[in-house]
Amino acid sequence: MGKTINISPLSRIEGHASIKIQLDDTGNVEKAVTHFNSIRGFEKYVQGKPAEEVTRIVTRICGICPWHHHLSSTKAVDACFGADVAPAGHMLRECMQNMAHINDKILHFYFLAAPDFVLGPDADYRVRNVIGIAKAAPELARQVIQMRQLGQMMMEKFAGKVIHPVAAVPGGFSKPMSDSQRISLMDDTKTLLEFAKFTMAHAKQNIFPNYLEEVTTIGSITTGFIGTVDNQGSLNFYDGQIRLMKPDGSFSDFHDADYLNYIGEHVADTSYGKFPYAKSWNEGFSMDLAHPKGIYRANCLARINVCDQISTPLAQAELEEFRKSFGRPAQHTLLYHWARLIELVYACEKTLELLSDPAICGRETRFDVTPKAGRGVGHVEAPRGTLIHDYTTDDKGLIVSANMIVGTTHNLAPISMSVDQAARMLIKDGKVDETILNKVEMAVRAYDP
Amino acid sequence: MPVKIAGEWLNSCSGCEIAILNLGETLLDLLPQLDFVHIPVLMDHKHYGQLGDKTQIDIPKATVGLVSGGIRNEEHLEVAHEMRKKCDILIALGTCATHGGIPALINSYTNDQLFAQYYHTESTDLDAQVPTNGVSKLLDRCYALDEQIKVDIYLPGCPPHPDQIATVILALLAGETPVLPFRSVCDTCPTKRNGKGKVKQIKRFITTPAFDPDQPLDQMQCLLEQGYLCSGPVTKAGCAGNNGEGPRCISARVPCRGCYGPVKQDGNQLLDMLNALVSNGIDIKSLPDRDSLLRFSGAHNRLVANKKGGM
Repeated sequence: MGKTINISPLSRIEGHASIKIQLDDTGNVEKAVTHFNSIRGFEKYVQGKPAEEVTRIVTRICGICPWHHHLSSTKAVDACFGADVAPAGHMLRECMQNMAHINDKILHFYFLAAPDFVLGPDADYRVRNVIGIAKAAPELARQVIQMRQLGQMMMEKFAGKVIHPVAAVPGGFSKPMSDSQRISLMDDTKTLLEFAKFTMAHAKQNIFPNYLEEVTTIGSITTGFIGTVDNQGSLNFYDGQIRLMKPDGSFSDFHDADYLNYIGEHVADTSYGKFPYAKSWNEGFSMDLAHPKGIYRANCLARINVCDQISTPLAQAELEEFRKSFGRPAQHTLLYHWARLIELVYACEKTLELLSDPAICGRETRFDVTPKAGRGVGHVEAPRGTLIHDYTTDDKGLIVSANMIVGTTHNLAPISMSVDQAARMLIKDGKVDETILNKVEMAVRAYDP
Repeated sequence: MPVKIAGEWLNSCSGCEIAILNLGETLLDLLPQLDFVHIPVLMDHKHYGQLGDKTQIDIPKATVGLVSGGIRNEEHLEVAHEMRKKCDILIALGTCATHGGIPALINSYTNDQLFAQYYHTESTDLDAQVPTNGVSKLLDRCYALDEQIKVDIYLPGCPPHPDQIATVILALLAGETPVLPFRSVCDTCPTKRNGKGKVKQIKRFITTPAFDPDQPLDQMQCLLEQGYLCSGPVTKAGCAGNNGEGPRCISARVPCRGCYGPVKQDGNQLLDMLNALVSNGIDIKSLPDRDSLLRFSGAHNRLVANKKGGM
């Protein structure tokens, strides 16, 4: 047996994972295994807690996408209690959901992913990071930091807390938006939309063309996709049907409450994180690169693939251009970066659309709710994928059982496969160096786990 | 000479790291004075060498170490010890590091109870076994950092307010000892208090409190006086930052749940809150769930597993 390479921790990602690459005697890859090391047990310790409190506990599943857990959970509790949601509260939730996507995409593209593209995959690791970008391109870095900060502070000023929010409540939203707040948020969103347009153009002109070879090879696998669409088949982050697409582009749509008929979770001996798979395809689960079974992907590329169209004009134009170049469904893993920027444009446009409706300032944002026994499934599209919370409550409205399928977990099997593919392609005859290992990690980073 | 900084995240959610980034341009302006030598969320320095060929975790020496998250598995413990060994000043960043945080709610259960639930949900394959290959073995419970290593500076908050992160960094750059507030959330809360009220029962937060959204916070009556559970009296202040309107949850018109941990590092939010309620003549049987009062501070053996049952 040849040597083992232990890439730990994976870096410039949002969670905890490592890769072990086992080489054979000739220095070629025998196997590359990705370990997902985090287990905290939210499903266990929300038991016995009042359901309305759980919406502000599960936020801690992820400090980068707490809004999406907060909202998915609140929707699940609404359903458990059979609660009506005040119309303005519903609009405020959807607005926050889209705003949170804006900041998330700026964070991932510029802070986590860009160092590989702006400075290059072969740059010294000591400078291949956002601090290196700040030195190499100080004006761009300052603008990026201002824009991300603007997005974060818009949410914090209105909703109190931007990290680990509390403002969505069963039955609605904790407080109304004033008209002056609405106008001010619209102005700020317009600034962010301009920045999104700049980012999209900049990436298409100066970044993606330089890495076409990497984009079409590193981590490339063929899978199905999952995402949410509205009743017209348009991309939607907040509500709608879940669409599960096969690798050949055919798909079925289902309500989130029926997810158990479509999604199963495989447990591998090498990972605390579970591997969701398409149970409804009736082919089981396999990460074999040549013959995968049940494997689908989530997150931006998946959503861009499953939607028929996008309801906002600029993002729709980008989608058309993307499809012309890469088809539907597009499979290359590094295209996640491109898809993410299309969604950045969409999130800005959609937020503006929601803020343009004065009804969002309705004074009644919250209906009282009555705890009771029930079962409720809630879902939203988190940046990292379809996020499902499923709760059962007792007659006091305390949680009896909970199941959560978190955005990133949909991609754990695909990430493992992309790593395996990239390692096999890049490491040959014992030749391995820092650039090669970073390129293997780029296959992970594209998924933004 | 820039100050060398190392960062690590253990049993955490990355919210503390996002709070650091929420310093925004303040952080950008501080960058020339900071030299990050290891911080996995932002840079690619590896534990086992850049070629992954070493067998021991190696983190570079640094003047300041930032550690978020509690300690839950053997790898966390090894990384925590390495950080302690290599950093002159070690900061416990965030309530998971100072008091266990939300993930320490697991301390009410054994690992077997956790696995039995997580690997047997309705969507999980029936033949699932607990993973053992290449994943770090869990410790018996979730520990705050200072249960395993010496901590020099406690910077709680879920997440800590960026203003306080800045206060600590600026003090250290100036060679001074950082001073953080030693008060309760109530001490920084502008809501109106009319003295001991008529509240006898605690209400769950399933109804809308009385407030006029067009008026500032100081025109709203204290949420505890309105009968809603609010952990402000037993929670360390700081979430309002230096110039905030008030505590952040209160400014969303939502009661505090104690995310900064106890006012005193070794305080007990559960006992302190029950005392506060009892001394105001409130029936503590009206609380639907007492463990929730320790949802941010369940380490230090505050929450312990019931090995027989669990739910």
